[in-house]
Amino acid sequence: MEKLKLATVWLGGCSGCHMSFLDLDEWLFDLAAAVEVVFSPIADVKQFPEQVDVTLIEGAVANEEHLELVRMIRARSRMVISFGDCAVTGNVTAMRNVLSSSAEAVLNRAYRELPTFNPRIPDEAGIVPPLLERVLPVHAVIPVDVFLPGCPPPAPRIRAALQALIEGKTPEMIGREMLKFG
Amino acid sequence: MNFEELTQLAERERAAQHAMPFQIHVCAGTGCHAAGSEMVAKALEGEVARSTLKGKVLVKCVGCRGLCASGPIVEVEQQQPNAEPASVLYAHVRPEDAPEVVRSIGGEPVERLFLDTNQPFFTRQLKIVLEDCGKIDPERIEDYIARGGYRALFKVLDEMTPSEVIDEITHSGLRGRGGAGFPTGLKWATVAKANPQRYPTYVPPGVQSQKFVICNGDEGDPGAFMDRSVMEGDPHRVLEGMIIAGYAVGANQGYIYVRAEYPLAVKRLRTAIRQAQRVGLLGNNIAGTAFSFNIDIRLGAGAFVCGEETALIASIEGGRGLPRPRPPYPAEYGLWGCPTLINNVETLANIAPIINRGAAWFASIGTAKSKGTKVFALTGQVKNTGLIEVPMGITLREIVFDIGGGIPNGRKFKAVQTGGPSGGCIPEQYLDTPVDYESLTALGSIMGSGGLIVMDDSTDMVEVARFFMEFCMEESCGKCIPCRAGTAQIHHILTKFQTGRATMRDLRLLEELCDVVKHASLCGLGQSAPNPVLSTLRYFRHEYEAKLRSDGYAYGHANGAAEEALSHVQ
Amino acid sequence: MSVVTLKINDQDVSARDDATVLQAAREAGIHIPVLCYLEGLSAVGACRLCLVEVAGVNRLLPACTTRVQEGMMVQTNTPRLQNYRRHIVELLFAERNHVCAVCVANGNCELQALAIEVGMDHVRYDYMFPALGVDLTHERFGLDHNRCILCTRCVRACDEIEGAHTLDVLGRGAKARIVTDLNMPWGESPTCTSCGKCAMACPTGAIFKQGSTVAEMVHHPEKLAFLKVARERREWRV
Repeated sequence: MEKLKLATVWLGGCSGCHMSFLDLDEWLFDLAAAVEVVFSPIADVKQFPEQVDVTLIEGAVANEEHLELVRMIRARSRMVISFGDCAVTGNVTAMRNVLSSSAEAVLNRAYRELPTFNPRIPDEAGIVPPLLERVLPVHAVIPVDVFLPGCPPPAPRIRAALQALIEGKTPEMIGREMLKFG
Repeated sequence: MNFEELTQLAERERAAQHAMPFQIHVCAGTGCHAAGSEMVAKALEGEVARSTLKGKVLVKCVGCRGLCASGPIVEVEQQQPNAEPASVLYAHVRPEDAPEVVRSIGGEPVERLFLDTNQPFFTRQLKIVLEDCGKIDPERIEDYIARGGYRALFKVLDEMTPSEVIDEITHSGLRGRGGAGFPTGLKWATVAKANPQRYPTYVPPGVQSQKFVICNGDEGDPGAFMDRSVMEGDPHRVLEGMIIAGYAVGANQGYIYVRAEYPLAVKRLRTAIRQAQRVGLLGNNIAGTAFSFNIDIRLGAGAFVCGEETALIASIEGGRGLPRPRPPYPAEYGLWGCPTLINNVETLANIAPIINRGAAWFASIGTAKSKGTKVFALTGQVKNTGLIEVPMGITLREIVFDIGGGIPNGRKFKAVQTGGPSGGCIPEQYLDTPVDYESLTALGSIMGSGGLIVMDDSTDMVEVARFFMEFCMEESCGKCIPCRAGTAQIHHILTKFQTGRATMRDLRLLEELCDVVKHASLCGLGQSAPNPVLSTLRYFRHEYEAKLRSDGYAYGHANGAAEEALSHVQ
Repeated sequence: MSVVTLKINDQDVSARDDATVLQAAREAGIHIPVLCYLEGLSAVGACRLCLVEVAGVNRLLPACTTRVQEGMMVQTNTPRLQNYRRHIVELLFAERNHVCAVCVANGNCELQALAIEVGMDHVRYDYMFPALGVDLTHERFGLDHNRCILCTRCVRACDEIEGAHTLDVLGRGAKARIVTDLNMPWGESPTCTSCGKCAMACPTGAIFKQGSTVAEMVHHPEKLAFLKVARERREWRV
């Protein structure tokens, strides 16, 4: 029997979902026995691999790199999971969407108005990905198989979902324990 | 005023009119007015005053003649002994044509302006509601009385009990002309037997009635001007219908709710009310009977939703125009908590003819379930745009191609939209459908209040749906969620179609959402708002599909459930 | 007063003849979701979440305003109704900027609870992201239009329970807004009594006590029903 190939990615979010993932504490040992982590912010892998079974996507689609990456993830993953509120709803990351010309507005605020030293918008072509005009939840760009909401999703919720997937079952996302946003 | 005095007044007026051998009727309806008929009337008056015919020709402004596309329309009538006056109709009359028109009076008509009244536009119509519209001076009660006006009221007051009146209306088969087609007689009967004490009421001081009659003149469909033409062209007909309704249901106070955007209708109605009061046809003890009835006008601020009866009532009460759930229906719990009869302008305009000529006559016109005639505002890509009145059961093809004269500019017919923003688009293959309430509903449209928009083959049906949805979105009152947020989302999705951003997922979501808005909304506005989308999806789905983005994904799980996707790790 | 019997979800239920379907269901322990309805306030039938199917009626009826009738057969939770309810909740989340993670009412929010109840794991609609303001001019309360669902519970509480009618709705459709008096800053309202009943009534974090931070704002909608019963029947049930 093969081990389940698990990937986790971090897009436009605060990494809180990954922190909550690490909050699984000693269950991480059980998880490590059941899955092979093939790509993750906490694993030193540069290129998103082929033939991934399950990918957890934290964060919203906020820049062009995210856009390219989620499309690649979809093409290379059997199951895609929106992991946390930013991936599911846009959440805090998408709060800039209420501004007109929101990308320009947030960049100006962060890099021109607030800094006291060398105010300048970073624009290194090929290195700094341009922001999208609107932040999007993942399912607005690619089909998503399971939605795992929460800001962050509590560790027991992540465990319940992963446990089901390890057993080859679709996680049952019902009830306050599994479904509460925020 | 008693019946004898009414008859005398009618005789006097007719005699006075006959003393003038010629009459010039200048259409002052919406379309002709916009085309400059006021200047034409002035020019004609001036020309008559200068001519040898001075004192023999009466120039009067009348209500809508119907063929707005050919406006301004002028009719020259010549009195004939013991016969209907002979008349000639002129189209596209300019002020500079006045001398020629006046010179021709009594002689040969002006060939170049001549409008053939034997064309199907005129011959295929049947006028009941509009029979006097375009004939009488709407600002003179005497003119209405001279043509038999208020006879029905006297017949009712002198010869009929309220329940006999209701029976007559019931037997006529008249159904509400506001769009839904509820049987008018049944509504009247419900109000008549409703107990004013059943619900707590909050009638303001000074209002002396336990039941009310409301005339719904809040015509809001884009491009529709049926009620407007009746109110502007023949206001007394509406008043007479209301007074009879008040007598039948036991109400002593009526309100006409009319849009403030119809200043001329408001002015004419105010004049008509004042005139009727002056001769004792409105007020206390009408015609010496114990029956008293008053009518006041309430102006709407132009919200489409106020055409919905409960929102209209809230607006008359002075609140925001918001609908409320029914039941209880206004017939039992209406204005200030009292039983209230609320009828459309056109419905009320049908009352006097039914009383005068009898229920059997009215029931002989139309189809098995839809009796009488219907007024339509015929607009869009059709040659003869204008106001028409046709018997129920006429086919859409006859309306579009015979009366309407077909599609201009050598283009082909594509669809006809009935019912305005609440209706649907009907394609070519259903053009032989008879116009009645049930047939149109079966096609996914509605009779509606009478807007009829013809579209040619250059029309983008998704854009049509988007246009009407924008209207509904703007006009949603915002009270209930499916209508407020749902119409905005439908509009958003349709805009995605029009900007090349829609995917299969949007198409499916659009269909689901239309179902939600249609069935979960509080009032008729939301419940019917998806109709233009649903009907175009039904008949022109390929136009939606042609606009789909190919690289977008269909909604749903791409790789199926985990049981299938992850079977290899088990 | 007489008693009628009806069936709700195939369960026999008896109720006073002037009761609504919602009251009858609640007394029988049958849950029907609501948002604009609040015990103690008049029912307006606006949120459409309490729509039920009644045998022999071809339209869906709101349980909060529909009177019970003898022999009525009511279904409150069919797949069709579940589908509509989820759509309605999704429409609300997409309409304005509801960000549970940073909301004062997180964990104490009726909209959030409804999303769980209807099984909303994500919103299928595009978010509208309207630019809306927050009124913080009142010394004790704040009004965040981003979180408002226009249920008008605050408007009715202010009018019917407090009698101030400071709050009302401005505009129509998606542009509708809760306003104080004639659309002036709340802090300048001459009619507001600062009673806080609007904050009790609010189902979301739209009206909140100044100084509350994420997940701190607990509303007390039940206090309004208590006040009404106490005033009208002189019963002080806690």
